[in-house]
Amino acid sequence: MNLIDQRFAELKQQQKTALIPFISCGDPTLDDTIDIIKTLEEAGADMVELGVPYSDPLADGPVIQRASERALQHAVTLKDCIELGSRLRQQGVKLPLILFTYYNPIYQFGLHAFFELLKQHDISGLIVPDLPIEEDQELRQLAEHNNIHLIPLVAPTSNERVTRITKQAKGFVYCVSSLGVTGERSDFHAEIDQFLNLVRSASDVPIAIGFGISSREQVARFEQKCDGVIVGSAIVRTIESNVPLLRDPATKAEGLANIHRFVAELRG
Amino acid sequence: MTQLPDSNGRFGPFGGRYVPETLMNALLELEEAYLHYSKQQDFKDEVLDLLFRYSGRPTSLYYAKNLSEKLGGAKIYLKREDLNHTGAHKINNTIGQGVLAKRMGKTKVIAETGAGQHGVASATIAALLGLECKVFMGEEDMKRQQLNVFRMNLLGSEVVPVTSGTRTLKDACNETLRYWVSNVNDTYYILGSATGPHPYPMMVRDFQRIIGDESREQILKYEGKLPDYVVAAVGGGSNAIGMFYPFIEDEGVKLLGVEAAGRGVDTAEHAATMTKGRHGVFQGSMSYVLQDEHGQVQPAHSISAGLDYPGIGPEHSYLKDSGRADYVPITDQEALDALQELSRTEGIIPALESAHAIAQTIKLAPTLNKDQVVVVSLSGRGDKDVESIMGYLGGN
Repeated sequence: MNLIDQRFAELKQQQKTALIPFISCGDPTLDDTIDIIKTLEEAGADMVELGVPYSDPLADGPVIQRASERALQHAVTLKDCIELGSRLRQQGVKLPLILFTYYNPIYQFGLHAFFELLKQHDISGLIVPDLPIEEDQELRQLAEHNNIHLIPLVAPTSNERVTRITKQAKGFVYCVSSLGVTGERSDFHAEIDQFLNLVRSASDVPIAIGFGISSREQVARFEQKCDGVIVGSAIVRTIESNVPLLRDPATKAEGLANIHRFVAELRG
Repeated sequence: MTQLPDSNGRFGPFGGRYVPETLMNALLELEEAYLHYSKQQDFKDEVLDLLFRYSGRPTSLYYAKNLSEKLGGAKIYLKREDLNHTGAHKINNTIGQGVLAKRMGKTKVIAETGAGQHGVASATIAALLGLECKVFMGEEDMKRQQLNVFRMNLLGSEVVPVTSGTRTLKDACNETLRYWVSNVNDTYYILGSATGPHPYPMMVRDFQRIIGDESREQILKYEGKLPDYVVAAVGGGSNAIGMFYPFIEDEGVKLLGVEAAGRGVDTAEHAATMTKGRHGVFQGSMSYVLQDEHGQVQPAHSISAGLDYPGIGPEHSYLKDSGRADYVPITDQEALDALQELSRTEGIIPALESAHAIAQTIKLAPTLNKDQVVVVSLSGRGDKDVESIMGYLGGN
């Protein structure tokens, strides 16, 4: 059984919603990423999205763009990010791991080699933000063949596409809360609940919401409606503000404690 | 070959729609609107009327006698897109897309710009049609093209500085797409090149094909035959695809795209996407891309802000791989030399972009016979570049 399905099944029994943080791998370093993910797990995260830094992150706002740039300064690659999987398991991390990457790095790596590497390093899910259903056929078939969940995005503008997208969904459906790029938002559209109801009724797999969720109040608002809540920019920003502490061995623990506090607060 | 793209926006393996789901609805809506309106006579009439009476088309196909005789080879004809309103071919496309935006009921338009030519052309059409316009421009390019920034402001548009990534055209495109995702309901994105997700490469080509359609008719009238070569500069490739497209089925006509080699294709500073790039996905489509081994897109360099772009339109990639067109690199220095040569021999100062096509023509013409004909797209005029050329030439 895929770890993502397993975790959602456990959470359902406990009547809990999954807290799914996103982090940019290699921000500020790959070693820090390992410590940060251990911290996320301890603070109550249920799965983690491993963001692969990319030169042209079209779907991302300024916070994740900056994190990508920091990671690319020391040439973090797709392979490095996937290999984090085994390194995390060696450190005892049990969280299901979801790789979040734009398509070009996968395409250049080679699709078959890519899936081999995902399996080898215990990655359970995959999100490719610039690959709509019209373009994802080859990747989806390989993902299914390798029991790796290709998690699709649906947007408030997806309309009649929702059914086509959810029909093929594995793991969960990633509901984009509002139009725009990733980044914190102060409020959400009133129609968001209708949108979530629509996705819920069309989907056989769990649904999670992301884009713009940054506080405990916002997490709580969606816990009733969704099986999972994804928090990206707010965590990446917290990491960013702790970069100076993380870089100095004498203060690293303090930096990690700050991240722990923020995530524990989101968990509530 | 001229029937492409297919219904998925593909030119062979190239093209497609590699965008976030948040944009898919807007792209499908745009495709539907374009296919609907572009068949309607009153839409076509409105576009043609603006091209003729507002922009001054048809542009002339000028026989560059002095240059031809000096080089001692083929007869060189220049397609004078520099004589368009706003000084470049970019207006052909913004007129088409501006009218389409109006028909779609959009009140706001956005555009990206590199050299500023497409930004100025968008600001112009926005002013004319009463649309609110924002132009996204890399901070680096804003410095290089201050006059065009001021021009856009004069026309009533807002220029939004882009400070992410390389601060040039590539990141201006990213930022425009990001803005569009957030404001997709009332905003139309006037994409300026034959790049990006479907339907843009098809639509921009269709609006630019007037360059090639006119050239074909004019050369048949003047020479009684088709040209041996058609030459055009390529960055994203809109003037080149507009020029090439009507000649694709004319097998005897060689199509030659000229890309920017910057300081040389064997240095790290060039924009020679076809010569040094590989297949990849960039800004919404599969095409040739300048990238490192890990698929990170590499910054491009060219003396010309309009060619300073690490991607290229998908139809060009198709023409290259199918062998129908050839793509060759020209360095900054060669372009500068050609710019001066054309200025002195013909009294025409070309844009730095177009100077790349001239430079290749200067290499090509002497290798051909006197009865052979080369048609070159002179895509824009050099006024916008005069200040930076002065900087490059220094004490000359």
